[in-house]
Parts: sequence; structure tokens; C-alpha cells
Amino acid sequence: MSLREDQIERYSRQILLPNVGGKGQEKLLAGKVLVIGAGGLGSPVAAYLAGAGVGTIGIVDSDTVELNNLHRQILYSSQEVGKKKALAAQERLEKVNPDVKVVPHVLRLTSENILEVIKDYDVIVDGSDNFPTRYLVNDACVLAKKTLVHGAFFRFEGQAMVIKPGEGPCYRCLFAEPPPPGAVPSCQEAGVLGALAGVIGLIQATETLKLILGIGQPLVGRLIIFNSLEMSFRQVKVPRDKNCPICGEKPTIKELIDYELFCGLNKKEGE
Amino acid sequence: MSVKVRIPQPLQKLTGGKELVETSAVSVKALIAELGEKFPGLSERICDEQGRIRRFINIYVNEEDVRFLRGDATALKAGDEVSIIPAIAGG
Repeated sequence: MSLREDQIERYSRQILLPNVGGKGQEKLLAGKVLVIGAGGLGSPVAAYLAGAGVGTIGIVDSDTVELNNLHRQILYSSQEVGKKKALAAQERLEKVNPDVKVVPHVLRLTSENILEVIKDYDVIVDGSDNFPTRYLVNDACVLAKKTLVHGAFFRFEGQAMVIKPGEGPCYRCLFAEPPPPGAVPSCQEAGVLGALAGVIGLIQATETLKLILGIGQPLVGRLIIFNSLEMSFRQVKVPRDKNCPICGEKPTIKELIDYELFCGLNKKEGE
Repeated sequence: MSVKVRIPQPLQKLTGGKELVETSAVSVKALIAELGEKFPGLSERICDEQGRIRRFINIYVNEEDVRFLRGDATALKAGDEVSIIPAIAGG
């Protein structure tokens, strides 16, 4: 593949970067990233990946755009309230950059469909908004050995980590099991500062670009915690847990679990 | 000098919105007990009925997860910073 003239112009500011260059841009154009949840995290992730020229971006979301999404979900405008997010996102992203092929997946991920959905992608970005999906995504990525870029927020605080199955810890090495339903309030009940979602989403986008380019130190084996009120980043070590129920020495989880089936959460992606 | 403890956002309603708590507890276990006395309900949020740290909450002494040190027997010394970090799911 060689870059067209308009591509050299479009991506010139990142082609200029040492460690990127034309070769790096070609890697990005050949990259395939799946963004799970086109909400507060998925919106900035997808927008920046499209801008950077990541060639294929899959978007998983079964929800429709709501007015109360717009303070943080920057892919959508007021006119798109009521539209399916994955389709509205596709339209917006392809306008931002016609080099990018956007694949909308208007569905809810389950143990039945997730392996099929993730199989064609190189990097999976988790921007979902509930524990059942997050644990399902982690487990599926571990089983399928897909690199996963995790990010999550609560009110004024956020977390991010990169999971490289087999090489570093997974999300269950960090938190072995999800909290029981009701133990942690959802975004609907808890609220969130829209710009905080942007900060965490852009950490995820940055990590994704680094992974495709193969540059820098990925956020593996460490968890970043961002506190927007203090405006501080902290980092803690995340070792691999040999007792991890899915990637440890004696895994007890051998097939995917649909937590919502028995915890009865009102599951919505990308809120 | 004492030990500084960071309370995460989801638990701050039990500390009256306080994010930083100072303690002179000498172990993680003593710290959890002290937090429970100062802020009723807090130790139950951190530990299960058997008194074990819940599997969706980690306690770090400085950058280290106590699960990989000595669990709740991990000693604390002046100047340490303890972080209580729960799983969060917003997206």
C-alpha cells in the first residue's frame, strides 16, 4: 500500500512524527479496531481513531441517541436524537474521514455472539457502561487473545489499563468478580462530568494508536487513575494473578458468562 | 507523620464527601476497622461478611496491591499512602 497525495496531506502532522512516518500511517490505515459502546468513552475514541486514519472501525451499540447523552457523547448532534448510535456514529465518522470504513454492529453483546463480533479486529476498546458487558468483553478477549483497551469512569474519576492476554494481567487479575447488582450506582444514577469521559476516552485512543504503531510503553500491568477534581493522575501496579479465574494457572472460567442473566441489570451499552 | 488514606468517589458518601483520611493504624486490617468506626457502614462496603476484602475492591499501599503483599496483614508505616480502588463501570 502506498499513500495517496491527499493522504500525505491529511496525515502530514502525524507522518512528521519520529516513530510514525509513512510506514506508521500505513499501519494505521490497515488497522482494525472495535469500539464497544458509542457513548461517553466510545465517542472520543472513535472520533480520534477516525481522524488518525485507522482504516476499519467497528462500533458496537444497540442504543439510540438521547438528549441527555449529548453533554458528553460528542459524535452526535441534537438532530440525531432517536437515531441508532452505531449508525449515527458511522455517518459522522465517515464524514470526518472518508478513508475510514466504519462497521456498525447494532446489537447487544452476549456470550453467544461476542467471539464472532471481535474476531476480525486487532484491538478491542471497551467503552461499555456496565459490569456484565465489561466482564464478558474481558473474558472473550482473554479466550480469543485479543488486545483490550479498558477505560471506565465514575462521577469525577476514571481508570484505564491495557490488557494483553498472555503477556500481562487481565481485568479479572485486577478485580476478580463484578460487584453484585445495586452495589455500585450506574451513570444514570451517579452522573458524570462530560469532559472527564473525554479524558479517559482519549487515554484509550492514545493507547490504541500506540498499539497499532508499535511505539512507546503500553499501559500494561499498571492502572491509571485520573481524578478530575484534584486534576491528578496516579498509577498503581497490576501484577498477573496466578489465581485469576480466567487467565491464571488453574482457570475456573472456561466459557463465557452472561452476568445479566442472573443479576438482572438493565443492560445498556454506551450510556 | 501518619498514613494518608484515599477514599474513592463511590464510597465518599459514607465519609461525608471526604476524600482524604489520616490514620495511625499499623496494618491494613486495623485501618479497615478504624474506618468502620469513624464512618459507619464503610468497612462493610470494603469487606464481605467473612471480613475478606471484596473481589471488586483493591487496597494499595503506595503502588502495591496488598493481595500481592501480605493481604490485610500488610503493615503500614508513617508516610505511606493507602488507596482504596473499586471497580467502576461508567462509559
